[in-house]
Amino acid sequence: MNHTDGAFVDVLQFLIMGIQRGSIYAMVAMGFNMIYNATGIINFAQGEFVVLGGLMMVTLTMAYNLSIVFAFILTVLFLIIAGILMERLTINPVKQPTVLRLIIITIAVSIIIKGAAMVFWGKGSHYMRHFSGTESLDFYGARILPQTLWIFAILFFVVVAYILFFNYTMTGKCMRACAINRDAARLAGINDRKMVMLSFALSAGIGAIAGIIITPIIQMDYARGAMLGLKGFGAAVLGGLGNSMGAVVAGVLLGILEAMGAGYISSHYMDAIALVILLFVLFIRPSGIFGSSEAMRLKEF
Amino acid sequence: MKGKNSAGFLALIIGIIATPFLVTNDYYLGVLIFAAFNSLACIGLCLLMGYAGQISIGHGAFVAIGAYTSGILTAKLAWSPWLAMLCGILLVIVIAFCLGIPALRLKGHYLAMATLGFASIVHIVVVAAVDLTGGPSGIVNIPRLDLFGYVLNSDRQYFYFSWGVVALGIYIAFNLINSRMGRGLQAIHGSEDAAASLGINITSYKVQVFMLSAVFASVSGSLYAYYVNYIDPGPFDVGHSVLLVTMVAVGGLHNIWGALIGAIFLSLLPEFLSFLSEYLEAFGIEYQPDFDTLIYGSILLIIMLFLPEGIFKGITGSMGSVVSSVKKSLGRTAGREQ
Amino acid sequence: MKRILILVCLCAAMVFSASTIYANPEAYHVGCAFAVTGKASWLGEPERNTVEMIAKQINDNGGINGHPLVLHIEDTQGDNTRAVNAVKKLIKKDKVCAIIGTSRSGTSMAAIPVATQSEIPMISCASAAVITTPVEQRKWIFKVGPDDSDAARNIFEHMNAHDINKIGILTGTTGFGAAGREQLKEIAGEYGIEIIADETYNPTDTDMTAQLISIRKTGAQAVINWSIVPAQSIVSQNMQQLKLTIPLYQSHGFANIKYAEAAGDSAEGCIFPAGRIMAVDTLSDDHPQKAPLTEYKKAYESTYNEHVSTFGGHAYDALWILVNALKKVGDDPAKLRDELENTTFVGVGGIFEYSEKDHCGLDKDDFALLTVKDGKFVVLKD
Repeated sequence: MNHTDGAFVDVLQFLIMGIQRGSIYAMVAMGFNMIYNATGIINFAQGEFVVLGGLMMVTLTMAYNLSIVFAFILTVLFLIIAGILMERLTINPVKQPTVLRLIIITIAVSIIIKGAAMVFWGKGSHYMRHFSGTESLDFYGARILPQTLWIFAILFFVVVAYILFFNYTMTGKCMRACAINRDAARLAGINDRKMVMLSFALSAGIGAIAGIIITPIIQMDYARGAMLGLKGFGAAVLGGLGNSMGAVVAGVLLGILEAMGAGYISSHYMDAIALVILLFVLFIRPSGIFGSSEAMRLKEF
Repeated sequence: MKGKNSAGFLALIIGIIATPFLVTNDYYLGVLIFAAFNSLACIGLCLLMGYAGQISIGHGAFVAIGAYTSGILTAKLAWSPWLAMLCGILLVIVIAFCLGIPALRLKGHYLAMATLGFASIVHIVVVAAVDLTGGPSGIVNIPRLDLFGYVLNSDRQYFYFSWGVVALGIYIAFNLINSRMGRGLQAIHGSEDAAASLGINITSYKVQVFMLSAVFASVSGSLYAYYVNYIDPGPFDVGHSVLLVTMVAVGGLHNIWGALIGAIFLSLLPEFLSFLSEYLEAFGIEYQPDFDTLIYGSILLIIMLFLPEGIFKGITGSMGSVVSSVKKSLGRTAGREQ
Repeated sequence: MKRILILVCLCAAMVFSASTIYANPEAYHVGCAFAVTGKASWLGEPERNTVEMIAKQINDNGGINGHPLVLHIEDTQGDNTRAVNAVKKLIKKDKVCAIIGTSRSGTSMAAIPVATQSEIPMISCASAAVITTPVEQRKWIFKVGPDDSDAARNIFEHMNAHDINKIGILTGTTGFGAAGREQLKEIAGEYGIEIIADETYNPTDTDMTAQLISIRKTGAQAVINWSIVPAQSIVSQNMQQLKLTIPLYQSHGFANIKYAEAAGDSAEGCIFPAGRIMAVDTLSDDHPQKAPLTEYKKAYESTYNEHVSTFGGHAYDALWILVNALKKVGDDPAKLRDELENTTFVGVGGIFEYSEKDHCGLDKDDFALLTVKDGKFVVLKD
């Protein structure tokens, strides 16, 4: 193997690593956006959904020995219920919602979920078997885990499902209408409160999926939510809040930036590199890469 | 300062003077000293959030910069703690200026993300720049603060000093609120466009108050460093920035007193929870500290659900309604007797 | 204004009513400050379990010379501020005669000024060398965690024996990792070993592929992974994924069988220094530590139904060292401190020999080099 080949393999390896990281950020960011579109708030408990999904999956597959597919479905359902409960118990009863108040409420919920996860699952790190083995595959010299392929595939599937849902189903269209203009949507007979609930259910479901597919690689413990949430928030903002396809691109981009930064600049400053770029993008384009300032105006803080 | 606020200020001063006589145990004083650091940062943050309407989830970074400037200059270069604190103040003014100009053009969640990003970058640098900051091993042997050649050794002395600084901070804050600039800020909070049309220089005002609030945070960081005599990156992570915002929101966003109450409340809550476990064990109930996190979150949630304006308004509001209903019923009985 | 006063009074009242004084004047009060919850709970939890188990055992057997042992356990949450508060509470409110803890190096450093100023002996369960050095400034502070430099020496000696002289290091950005990185860089030269790659990762990191590729690019002959957080078990998995086959050395922070379980078969064959507790079954019977190790392992695993760890062992050593001193001189803090300085104790972490000059008491022979074989820790043979 000559020198150029080695360099090429490294780039490829960083890319794979970056896209894998980014896929998770992308899914967390999609979850953020769903709730943002319905309510205008950022749900700080989004990272906790991912943690719950991962931990639940670990229990179902490792302790109860359920098959991966069955456990997958059960976990997503469980999280959807958790999302609905969160909305019904903490968001719906708020009579005078202001953005800051709702955000602090979601922070409180994230602390509660974290505390509950700590009590139920303990403080240790939980691991689960990969979907299909740990023998890494050769990809033009770079190594890729089967689980990474699963992550790419499932992200692709989620994105397609997302597009189909919001463009071709009545409920999806109603949710979009609410996102664009809530008052007008209500006048048209759409039950906007129900749409809020639905947005929490869907975003918890996406969080669960992200947690399920990443846990075999990164392991899961109760305290991981904050970091995942922060990165996902970064992706959502970079892509332009409310723009889920923007978030997917931005999430993957953020992941690649981190991987390249760690590989070529410094692992000590890995996370800072992506953040500095994020800040510069914001300073140049105050509403993200794909966000429009028009849409931002509609959602005053 | 006028009316209710000056009465409140007086009460605060009396409370500060009286507390060490009522509370003689150094442990409780120590807890209250930490509460003072958080209070100071929250007062500044309240000016920014409650009065100018700009969110910042990045003030933990200014606390860190204050603490680290003090720590590095005193422990490594043997500067006077006061000079080091002043350097910290100047440094955050410069940083807040450079960050504020582009960042305060952003709105809402974008501003939140920018400040949050700034906080994480500062934390990462503090962890990674080992030669300067000691990295995760931190900085040891930071000296105590001295006042006119008199070292603040005991907790009682430090209590008076740190809460004196908080009182000074509140005084400055109220003077600002009642100045031309304060009214301008409130106009910005109401509507930026309207304020601009009245000839208020929005950017300049916002950046100025951002710098001021950063100074508050920096001083609180310096005081922390001189009190604990050791710093590492742990207390200055992103979580601390979020905690400061939570304190302000829990206490009541639109009032300096609210920020103060929120800061004290959330600083004391974990210590109260540790007492709770002792009480329960005295009653023979098995209690694990593992539940602390759950209870902490639940209390926070309940406050935000049932006291939308924060604890301060919640207390004063309910007291006000009790007083008025008592007055009313008294008036009625008085009327009947006549 | 009144409202504020009322609030202050209320707070004060609650605080006062809480300060109950324990009725039994005979009891010895010992304070423990561990990171039972929070980011370092994998240290604090076994430590808490261990001291509770031993205290019960002591009290069931009639206490210390007839004095019951009362433990006051505080949770530091691995947070410096909470640690300062906790240690202050133990000293000022619970009036303990000595303190065991804290779990992390950072919280220990934050708590040291409090203990020193109050002149209460404190036995830290963390390992950073700076906790007990310079010893003139650490009159009241002892520790049971082994020095990082001794662990590093064990690794370097093994490398010398196997002709490895160009290595990459990969450290976690926690107090433990940073202290290790410092020591590795400082000592490597003594053994003629050159560090040609120096990478770090966050405790919350999930993927170390990039760091490993950077190390691979330099042509290093071995990797040292020095960390204490669960994320470290990802390193060997990433190496397996990258087909990076150079030897992997770990720090004593790896000495938790859960980490090996999490890493799966990728951890097979990695080499790390650790206290002998991790491989007590493969220890020869005539080793002085055999008896205490077997006893502790058996008691802990039957009481809590989970694997014993080095960290719980630190608490075991700290408490027994203290109890032995209490037996001799009673609960006067100053006398305790003097007694601690003369202590020799065969414990879980090794054979402690405290002296006026040495408040750590362990040396490099208290480590054994272990490896992972069939998912179990065993003593390395060669």
